[in-house]
Amino acid sequence: MAEYIIKNGFVVDPTQGINCEKMDVAVKDGKIVDASEVMGAKVIDASGKLVMAGAVDVHSHSAGPKVNVGRNLRPEEKLNCYNPAKGAKRMEAGFSVPTAISSGYIFSRMGYGFAMEAAMPPLYARHTHEEMRDTPIVDEAALPVFGNNWFVMEYLKNNEIENTASYISWLLKVTKGYGIKCVNPGGSEAWGWGMNCLTIDDPVPFFDVTPKQIITGLIEANEYLRLPHSMHLHTNSLGEPGNYQITIDSLKCAEGIKADNDFGREQVLHHTHLQFHSYGGDSYSSKSFESRSKEVMDYFNSTDNLTFDIGQVTLDETTTMTADGPFEYHLSHMNNLKWVNKDVELETCAGVVPFIYNPNSFIGVAQWAIGLELALQCKDMTKCYLTSDAPNAGPLCRYPRVMKWLMSLKSRDEILDACKYGESVRRQCYIGEFDRELTLYELAQMNRQGAARMLGLSNMFGSLKPGMEGDVVVYPLNPESDLDDGEKIEHAFGNAEYFIKKGELIINDSEIISNGSKRTFWVNAGKELTPQVERDVSERFKKYYTVTRNNYEVKEHHYVPNEYMIEVNAA
Amino acid sequence: MTKLITDVVCPFCGTLCDDLEVVVSDDGKELLEVNNACAIGAEKFLHSQAKDRLTRPRMRNEDGSWREVSYDEAAEFTAQMLAKSKKPLMYGWSSTNCESQVVGSHVAELVGGQLDNTATVCHGSTLIAVQDVGVPSCTLGEIKNRADMVVFWGCNPAHAHPRHMSRYSLFPRGFFTAKGHRGRTAVVVDPRPTDSANLADIYLPVEQGRDYELLSALRVAFRNEQLPDVVAGISKEKIYEVAEKMKNARFGCIFFGMGVTHSLSNNHNIDIAIQVTRDLNEFTKWSIMPMRGHYNVTGAGEVWGWQFGFPFCVDLSRGFARYNPGESSSNDLLMREEIDSVFVLGSDPGAHFPFSSVKKMNALPCVVVDPHITPSTVVADLHVPVAFVGVEVGGCAYRMDSVPIESHKVVDAPEGMLTDEEFLKLVLARVKEIKGV
Repeated sequence: MAEYIIKNGFVVDPTQGINCEKMDVAVKDGKIVDASEVMGAKVIDASGKLVMAGAVDVHSHSAGPKVNVGRNLRPEEKLNCYNPAKGAKRMEAGFSVPTAISSGYIFSRMGYGFAMEAAMPPLYARHTHEEMRDTPIVDEAALPVFGNNWFVMEYLKNNEIENTASYISWLLKVTKGYGIKCVNPGGSEAWGWGMNCLTIDDPVPFFDVTPKQIITGLIEANEYLRLPHSMHLHTNSLGEPGNYQITIDSLKCAEGIKADNDFGREQVLHHTHLQFHSYGGDSYSSKSFESRSKEVMDYFNSTDNLTFDIGQVTLDETTTMTADGPFEYHLSHMNNLKWVNKDVELETCAGVVPFIYNPNSFIGVAQWAIGLELALQCKDMTKCYLTSDAPNAGPLCRYPRVMKWLMSLKSRDEILDACKYGESVRRQCYIGEFDRELTLYELAQMNRQGAARMLGLSNMFGSLKPGMEGDVVVYPLNPESDLDDGEKIEHAFGNAEYFIKKGELIINDSEIISNGSKRTFWVNAGKELTPQVERDVSERFKKYYTVTRNNYEVKEHHYVPNEYMIEVNAA
Repeated sequence: MTKLITDVVCPFCGTLCDDLEVVVSDDGKELLEVNNACAIGAEKFLHSQAKDRLTRPRMRNEDGSWREVSYDEAAEFTAQMLAKSKKPLMYGWSSTNCESQVVGSHVAELVGGQLDNTATVCHGSTLIAVQDVGVPSCTLGEIKNRADMVVFWGCNPAHAHPRHMSRYSLFPRGFFTAKGHRGRTAVVVDPRPTDSANLADIYLPVEQGRDYELLSALRVAFRNEQLPDVVAGISKEKIYEVAEKMKNARFGCIFFGMGVTHSLSNNHNIDIAIQVTRDLNEFTKWSIMPMRGHYNVTGAGEVWGWQFGFPFCVDLSRGFARYNPGESSSNDLLMREEIDSVFVLGSDPGAHFPFSSVKKMNALPCVVVDPHITPSTVVADLHVPVAFVGVEVGGCAYRMDSVPIESHKVVDAPEGMLTDEEFLKLVLARVKEIKGV
């Protein structure tokens, strides 16, 4: 394997406390090594440029059944968004739901080395893995959804943590999943009858368990199994005016629970796309709707066992997709565009609706403001991550634009000054109160150091410390002269000049020259099925599933050809 | 001693039953018995055992006779044909596994192929309708566990998907449906009094080609508005009665087939059928689902979705994917003589395309990859027999509700035979050499 030395760049690596120091970074045998260890390595001149570790995306949707529904649903999206094949690089297409091949290239151009597919319906795990297998370069993993699973709800109704953990361990193994995702707990099952659970105390029809019991039980099961990642939660009432209190109530479920794992993770609950859950008011009217990010962040900043990602609205046309089926139905009534729903037996559901976050509407800009407010109020940037819940709040390729907004007050003001409702947003949200501009160091804390740690991958990703994965990116951004120009920031973070992934040069002089050797990560929690769960699984497959138990498991051979299994020792 | 293999997946129709049991000889070469399958599925397995089966590729001589060639020669001919073509049609893909579809997609990308699958002559109109209005749907287990009402519209599962009603839709007892058939109301809408119609609680003999009117009338009835005395041959009393039952169902599903997709109005029929389902969700919970035919036609749409962004009619000739059914669909391309070679794998256009299209195929260089001798192989210049997917080789396939299931190998293919995937990999490697990629 070729050796590389990236010379003379401005290095930012919070894990080592390095903040824009001019130094060399070396890569050998797929790992970062001390610069003195390479001889005759290929030299990459990074003078006047920014050098960082590969970034980590904690929550986006780029593979799986609902993503593919989005692709096939929207041929119009490809009309002006295509990119022909060139050399090793294959055809690309799509904007908010790019093809799998295109997703890999978008991640690479942004310098991302690892991405988490944030919701995998277990019955469709094969599909998710097939897509991840065909996504080049970027390492990936997927979180199976558990919050509306019939087994989980029945065990948690009786507070049976051991049985829940046993079932989760089995499901992670058979679906090759990474951790526990919970979407609209109870609400997606209620949607099987056209209903929903709007607060954490609304009982799930028939199952007679509350979202609160599901959230708490899944956190406890997660710590019982000592998984690398924490419970990953999308709370009830996403997108509803006045939902901030439900969000805080949900976060409180984690009170008093301590993280238990060998991976350096400190949180027990990750709240995803928090922007959609920080609303005040009682309707979407511009007179009523308001930001409650301050209240949510006051609670958040007072805790030490929570993390969140922002779910930043990017003011684009996009395609929303979530396992929160009732929300998508609700959304389809707001814009009367096409609506896809897919209920999945015993497990979950999903919906897909195209959506336009209109910069000329009050709501669109208020949502945009609230996402940024969350990050700008966060005291510890290793606990706050940049996402757009892609493609829900905005396309994946807009991450660099979000970085611009976070790092440049001028860029934020430009949006507010240009928008028809900019002044109302300043009035009813908190955005106008903040002049904070995130630094490169804080950005690296968010997308590198913190993101890797919260996923339990800090031994591999997020830093340029010797021994880490050989993921290095060189951005065309000079920290000494370019940081006051928002456009330069956005361009640089979307157009890496060099990207080395696992020791292999993927982007050379801004051009993709290799499809890499991507890996799929999954977690083997190693816990045997308890007799009770064994009996339940066996019986339910016979009676209620439409595939047999033996045909449920995703076999490694061609779905996960390049696997990276993480073994966990439960207590 | 014989061996019993369980949990076998049936590679015939979109129902993709995965509970078959197959008895094979001790040496794993002979397939003796197929249990749990329908008559068609069982025959598909047993047919692989035909003693007179072709086991090597054959090339047509100038006088029309065939000569045996090696797989390498077959791959060379195929690669040269595709690489030299400006617009090769690469059709079929519905009776093979996703692994082959992935390799085939890569070949098509390199040669600028016109990728199309059998949806082009069956549920293509459904795919277009979904692009217009979306689709509220679910997995088949949701029907089994929740549905108390099912509608079969323009389809005849009793013959085309023989185990559908017993496994998923009408008869099974599920979690919330302990009474099985007795707890479900079945409606069949079909101009023909089919065997499925015989099982219905309510049979609506819609006039041929008048589905759109009847679906519109249902939407009117949902809103308690006035209807003419008779719509599409059905009395208004009957329409109001059915509409009321649909609104009052706890969970319902409309299954529809080619009677709706291929009668007058095509995709517009599906548009309004989906709108009927959307309307019903204002009152209760309803889904709608196409009855997909080939066991992996859904998979072809899925694979191309993640590779190119379109489920069928994918035109790669410009170096990026374009999609325009009516222009980039197989029959239109053939009829307009835009195609300069034809590659067929995993279907039989010779039997299902209009004769005028088949004549065009006959006049063009044509390669057919198929275990059987079919009407398509009759017009081919090269016929490449391969192992049966789902019988002699496994691989992923997508059920009609898009649930992916891995089919299994149950017996060995005759010695020396390649699978679809292996043959396509040979072609891909050679195309890469020719193109210098």
